[in-house]
Amino acid sequence: MSIWTRIVQRDLRIAWRRRSDALSSLFFFVIVVSLFPLGVGPEPGTLRLIASGVLWVAALLATLLSLGRLFAADHLDGTLEQMLLAAEPLWLVVTGKVFAHWLTSGLPLVLLSPLMGLQFGLEGEEIAVLSGALLLGTPVLSLIGAIGAALTVGLRAGSVLLALLVLPLYIPVLVFGAAASGAHASGLAVTPHFSILGALLLASAALSPWAAAAALRISLE
Amino acid sequence: MLAAENLECVRGGRDLFSNLSFSVPSGTLLRVSGANGAGKTSLLRILCGLLLPNSGEVIWRSSPVRKQRESYWRELRYIGHLAGIKDEFTAAENLVFAAALAGVAVTAAGAREALDQLGLARFVHMPVRMLSQGQRRRVALARLALPDPAAGLWVLDEPLSALDTDAADCVLSLIDARLAAGAVVVMTSHQPFTVAAELRSINIPV
Repeated sequence: MSIWTRIVQRDLRIAWRRRSDALSSLFFFVIVVSLFPLGVGPEPGTLRLIASGVLWVAALLATLLSLGRLFAADHLDGTLEQMLLAAEPLWLVVTGKVFAHWLTSGLPLVLLSPLMGLQFGLEGEEIAVLSGALLLGTPVLSLIGAIGAALTVGLRAGSVLLALLVLPLYIPVLVFGAAASGAHASGLAVTPHFSILGALLLASAALSPWAAAAALRISLE
Repeated sequence: MLAAENLECVRGGRDLFSNLSFSVPSGTLLRVSGANGAGKTSLLRILCGLLLPNSGEVIWRSSPVRKQRESYWRELRYIGHLAGIKDEFTAAENLVFAAALAGVAVTAAGAREALDQLGLARFVHMPVRMLSQGQRRRVALARLALPDPAAGLWVLDEPLSALDTDAADCVLSLIDARLAAGAVVVMTSHQPFTVAAELRSINIPV
């Protein structure tokens, strides 16, 4: 079995044994999204207009909340040091960890998004566009977030710094992700937005494990 | 087999050591001594490649480590201050994963045998968070008892601390066996100990 599958398996097992961690960021997502209709008011037109933006921002924040878990626990108990000295390249280890992170934090958001969309009065096709964009976008959030998490691992004010580092980098995903729903609402094609999200996913999958691995080596010096 | 050339380490603006050179032939134990804060752990981390020296070079099998990092790490087993074990996992799960990281294939039976050697037979399937500090240390050290012929270099930071005499004797006998197989062992220890193989010492002055 390759080190990649080992890491994914291991992190999923840890997430399962500490499921309250993963569930708390999921509940955070649900609560943030549910607060908006209460604050904005029940006017269906307004709610449909803001739905995709609200879901995207909530997904960004929920991902940010779970990013702290990505390397911090392994750093505290010394496992991260062992990973740095692994017989396999570190970026492979990082990719495994990021994939497991997406499975436990990003994918649940995607699966919940149709339900959240219904809360905002979205209908069939609108929900499909929103969830599809999230499906392409949330892995990018995990991948880019891994760089920030690697840079801030072991720092005292790490979580605030992580937010300051990572949120600006999330802007392209947010813009094109939310714009897919906007384009669909105004009767335009959504494929350009999906293509850009796909391109962002490929670029971040190619670059961020390598950058996160380099950042980890610097952080642990 | 392992050598250091003019190593220099500066941490937090303080010069921990400079011009540190030594060489350790195969089958020899290098004991690193020095007062608290002298830089023993920094030296071990430099030898592992976790920390870059400010100047100088670590040589393994006559070529610099920074040019052969992954093949070096395939032979290196490092046990630091932090145990590197997960509270959520059982002792056996921890051991199997640690071995996988090092590129060693270990079966559940092999892991059980290694834990048995360190007197943890009854705790194999217990989550590590239930274990005492000394027992956790033993779980970390059980990695040394795995069948691992590729390991050419052990770097051990205070392996004997928090262990009772039986466990310490067990670790020392594992070290002896590894040295007899031609490996190099570098370790720090505040406790006195004896090994059958050749022993060299370096002292890092404060």
